[in-house]
Amino acid sequence: MSFHPEMEYAPARFHRSARTLAEPGGDFTFTPENQARFDANVARYPADQRKSAILYALYLAQQQQGYLTAAAMRHVASQIRCTAAEVEDVVSYYTMFYTRPVGKYVLNVCRTLSCALRGAERVTEELSAALGVKPGETDPTGTFTLMEVECLGACDRAPVVMVNDDWHEQLSPQDCAAFIDDIKSRGRAAFTGCHLHKEGEPQGPPLR
Amino acid sequence: MAYEPVLVKHVAEPNAYTLDSYLKHQRGYEGLRKALTFTPNDIIEQVKASGLRGRGGAGFPTGLKWQFVLKDTPKPKYIACNADESEPGTFKDHVLMERNPHLLIEGCAIGCYAIGAKVAYIYIRGEFYHVQEILEAEIEKAYAAGYLGKNIFGSGFNCDVYVHRGAGAYEAGEETALIESLEGKRAQPRLKPPFPAVAGLYQCPTAVNNVETLCNVPPIVLNGPEWFTGLGPDKNGGPKLFCVSGHVKRPGVYEASMHTTLRQLIYDEQYAGGMLDGRTFKAIIPGGSSVPLLLEAHLDTPASFDDIQKAGSLLGSAGLIVLDDSVCMVWLAMNLLHFYRHESCGKCTPCREGGDWLYKLLQRVERGEGQEKDIDLLFGVANNILGKTLCAFGDAAATPVLTTLKLFRAEYEAHVREGRCTIPAEWRAKQPVFAHAH
Ligand SMILES: Cc1cc2nc3c(=O)[nH]c(=O)nc-3n(C[C@H](O)[C@H](O)[C@H](O)COP(=O)(O)O)c2cc1C
Ligand code: SF4
Ligand code: FES
Repeated sequence: MSFHPEMEYAPARFHRSARTLAEPGGDFTFTPENQARFDANVARYPADQRKSAILYALYLAQQQQGYLTAAAMRHVASQIRCTAAEVEDVVSYYTMFYTRPVGKYVLNVCRTLSCALRGAERVTEELSAALGVKPGETDPTGTFTLMEVECLGACDRAPVVMVNDDWHEQLSPQDCAAFIDDIKSRGRAAFTGCHLHKEGEPQGPPLR
Repeated sequence: MAYEPVLVKHVAEPNAYTLDSYLKHQRGYEGLRKALTFTPNDIIEQVKASGLRGRGGAGFPTGLKWQFVLKDTPKPKYIACNADESEPGTFKDHVLMERNPHLLIEGCAIGCYAIGAKVAYIYIRGEFYHVQEILEAEIEKAYAAGYLGKNIFGSGFNCDVYVHRGAGAYEAGEETALIESLEGKRAQPRLKPPFPAVAGLYQCPTAVNNVETLCNVPPIVLNGPEWFTGLGPDKNGGPKLFCVSGHVKRPGVYEASMHTTLRQLIYDEQYAGGMLDGRTFKAIIPGGSSVPLLLEAHLDTPASFDDIQKAGSLLGSAGLIVLDDSVCMVWLAMNLLHFYRHESCGKCTPCREGGDWLYKLLQRVERGEGQEKDIDLLFGVANNILGKTLCAFGDAAATPVLTTLKLFRAEYEAHVREGRCTIPAEWRAKQPVFAHAH
């Protein structure tokens, strides 16, 4: 019984209040390179505010092993000098941290209004059909994870798909199957990147 | 006289993001050099005189905000630049940071000087990693050239600018939630007062300013407050970026004065170029997904903070989402409530639970399983969120429901009466969306 006469509480928590326990995971420590990156980052904040570097530390841990385990969170906690519970609190709030293994390519389809007006719902359907997975799932080969995300801040290039830290714009439903094949054969080269890049400009350093 | 863009004039040129281009075309860092010859208080007075209003959504005067930053304190002060840009329909800061990063870097430095801060953190949404890479590389260049760091232009002024990456949370754009997130916590708002100007980041005086807001500061210092006020209507001066998306021919970021009408932004060739595929205009969301709809009758309204408010909506983040007659308004509300329900930080019950209830009710009505009383229930739940939450997110979440009910109630009733969506567009999912809602 909820406090509203007509409406029930959600049976399963559906959003940021949900707490799913992370896998324990094997031993985790930063690689020397990541340790150096973390030490450089934490120096940007006042000495007594190491916690400000928590998101950065979590990104590093996630890059290192693909997703965040309880062991990784404990390591981050020791680096930040806070409790593991505080780290878990943060991880469970932000959508860009994964507590389950994800595919090599995480296809984040923007589903919010401007993209939906230009066919994003159909894009999700077509990608889903091409991969044989539903949103939120990873294909059996572990290559692709399909996700729906909210507005990516590039609504003029709708429908937009963020693939890991890359960007693919104006993906029409008709092109989805070919897009998947293209990623399989060419990898990151299949992505349009951001249209704001001009001919001849470097596309930025390779991602990490 | 034709409007001459200030903020995005060069962004389409190759290498627009480089320091060379900035120095060559935009009198790069001359604003900072000039600012350092004035007292910090002079700069605040100039920004006040310009009437610059925050471009992040609320339109609060930036000069006043800076003036409120506590002066008599031994604590350090901070600029927290809001580059979270997550309001659906908004993508202007994206362009500024990616194509004109030095304008923001210079704006951060002048802002720091004005309020007496030595550090600015640019809080950028995690999804903008490609933008962050450019921004950080250009910050390095600014340090190397002596525009950041110690003793800038021999003035004794020190300033550091750092980029801080968020990790996927719309609510991190709310200023106190942004501060919490910068401190390494969940992005949940704080009770105000105290305002950030008194106790913000690390409980120190902090000015939270939007990217576009800070980008307006160097031109104000260079050209003077009168130049700025002269560019737009009274109290709505300066250059403005408009993000036009949805059913238009040429979606994009357009710079114009706030004299420009909504109709011009939608139909003029130099802006969005008219409706897509020659379809008929139905409605527009003029300021990002959180604001009320406007109709055809409002299109001759100038796109200024005050005029849009008089017309019954808000300019907000200037995200113009244009809708043609294929859009079902129940679907629209459902699409946006999916967003709000997902993004609610969960701190207040009306927003956390109410958002979910609204979404479920909308789903029910949209698929034709709703009853007459569901429409009243929608109204009741939305009104129990409106004005009853800690931050403005609650109002934003209630708005899509209340505005569509007010203007398009007949569409809700038709869904109930006919037991189906009465305006199914071909661009929507073939399977009802609820089938794969999470
Ligand atoms: C739910 C919510 C989300 C917000 N998101 C953003 C955002 O993404 N970017 C932004 O600049 N301001 C955002 N704001 C507005 C900020 O709270 C704040 O008003 C703004 O950063 C102040 O800067 P300005 O005065 O330069 O506009 C948001 C506000 C709310 C309530
Ligand atoms: S209104 Fe919503 S987003 Fe804002 S504090 Fe309350 S629960 Fe969080
Ligand atoms: S709605 Fe998809 S990027 Fe904004």
